[in-house]
Amino acid sequence: MAGQSDAQASTFSAAELEFLAEDELIEIVPNLRMDPLNLICGDFGPFRPQIATQVPIWLAVALKKRGKCAIRPPDWMSVEKLTQVLEAERDAEKFQPLPFHYVEISRLLFDHARDDIPDIYMVRSLIEDIKDVRFHKIGTGLEIISKERTYALRLKNLSAMEANIVRPFVTRALETFYKLSSPDMIQDSDSVQNRQHQTVNRGPRRQLKDR
Amino acid sequence: MESGAGERSSQYSEMDDYESLISTTDAELLKRAWQNEKAAPQILRFEAALVQRSREQIQLMEETVEEYTRNGSDPLTVSLYQMDLDRTLFLLRSYLRTRLQKIEKYMFHIQKTTELWNRLSRPEQKFMGRCIEDMEQHLDQSVLSKLPSSYKSHLKQSSSSEEDDMVPEPQLDTYVICRSNRFLGAFQLDDSGEETVNIEADDLYALPYKSIKPLVETGQIDLV
Repeated sequence: MAGQSDAQASTFSAAELEFLAEDELIEIVPNLRMDPLNLICGDFGPFRPQIATQVPIWLAVALKKRGKCAIRPPDWMSVEKLTQVLEAERDAEKFQPLPFHYVEISRLLFDHARDDIPDIYMVRSLIEDIKDVRFHKIGTGLEIISKERTYALRLKNLSAMEANIVRPFVTRALETFYKLSSPDMIQDSDSVQNRQHQTVNRGPRRQLKDR
Repeated sequence: MESGAGERSSQYSEMDDYESLISTTDAELLKRAWQNEKAAPQILRFEAALVQRSREQIQLMEETVEEYTRNGSDPLTVSLYQMDLDRTLFLLRSYLRTRLQKIEKYMFHIQKTTELWNRLSRPEQKFMGRCIEDMEQHLDQSVLSKLPSSYKSHLKQSSSSEEDDMVPEPQLDTYVICRSNRFLGAFQLDDSGEETVNIEADDLYALPYKSIKPLVETGQIDLV
């Protein structure tokens, strides 16, 4: 009937997420002299040798590729900070706060600014570990959907890439449970009578689970 | 059917202008509109004023780049301006294309729902009109004209159907992932008011689109 199955359940492609992440600001130290840039996405510069300035990542990468600047990795990308995050991530059930685009940003910097990141191997493996721990948590965390009646899910501190990866599964699962818990909804009618049915129907379902 | 899209967008444009003045750049707003449009199951209101302004900025930037190239400015600077231009062009194109895809998918539904029809820009309305003509003709020539008379409608399975049951509609009870940049407090999920959720600033939530539809349409919540 109405509503075909959604072919592109994962709304954004990895490339599109990277595109979004490239707009995040980062500090660079230019080695050239250049007038301020008045771009559509904002005004940046002026650029003076050895004087740090903030630019979007795409701009930083473009300059870096031409050897015109050094990129200063953000604070959260230091070995010290990442070690803390990893420990906390392992200890606590909650997700640690990290930048929304941490996966994409770290990837961009690993690809284009290797020589600007101190202890790059350490940093890289820490981020990999953090990613692994978080994905494991996401996996176990999702069990909650089947355990109790869930109408809404709060995904506190989940990053863009993580949310995008779980999106097809989570949205489908929630949708299915939502429909199962109110069979009348499928028939597409929302009279008052039906709504009463729904509440009645929810009762026995929960008991079934408890057994 | 000729719509009030004109009035509607001008009324909103003032709001848009005001909002962009006090808070964000058009690039940021366009990015948001693009994300919302991509993530929403239904077609959203055409951001007429924003698209207009973006077009103007793009044109201005194109002229700037051309001028810089002509008078032999630093090629690095020119290429950076060009990159910025390309990024904005991509956003605008992808935004318009996402809408066209939705229109193609749900044209018969949009056609009979005035509220949705009014959300389209004039060129989009024209596009949909032509789409519908082609689709009707195609269905008719390939199948419908060869069927018995009670099965000839492209909207109904048979003339005994009470509703238009062959019209694809967006599923509004689908779940979306959203984020608000401010605290919205306890928010009611269903009509009965049994289920509420506390929407905090900057947190991600997976919620049924249907229940946050008004918040998306008024820009209080963003889809991600």
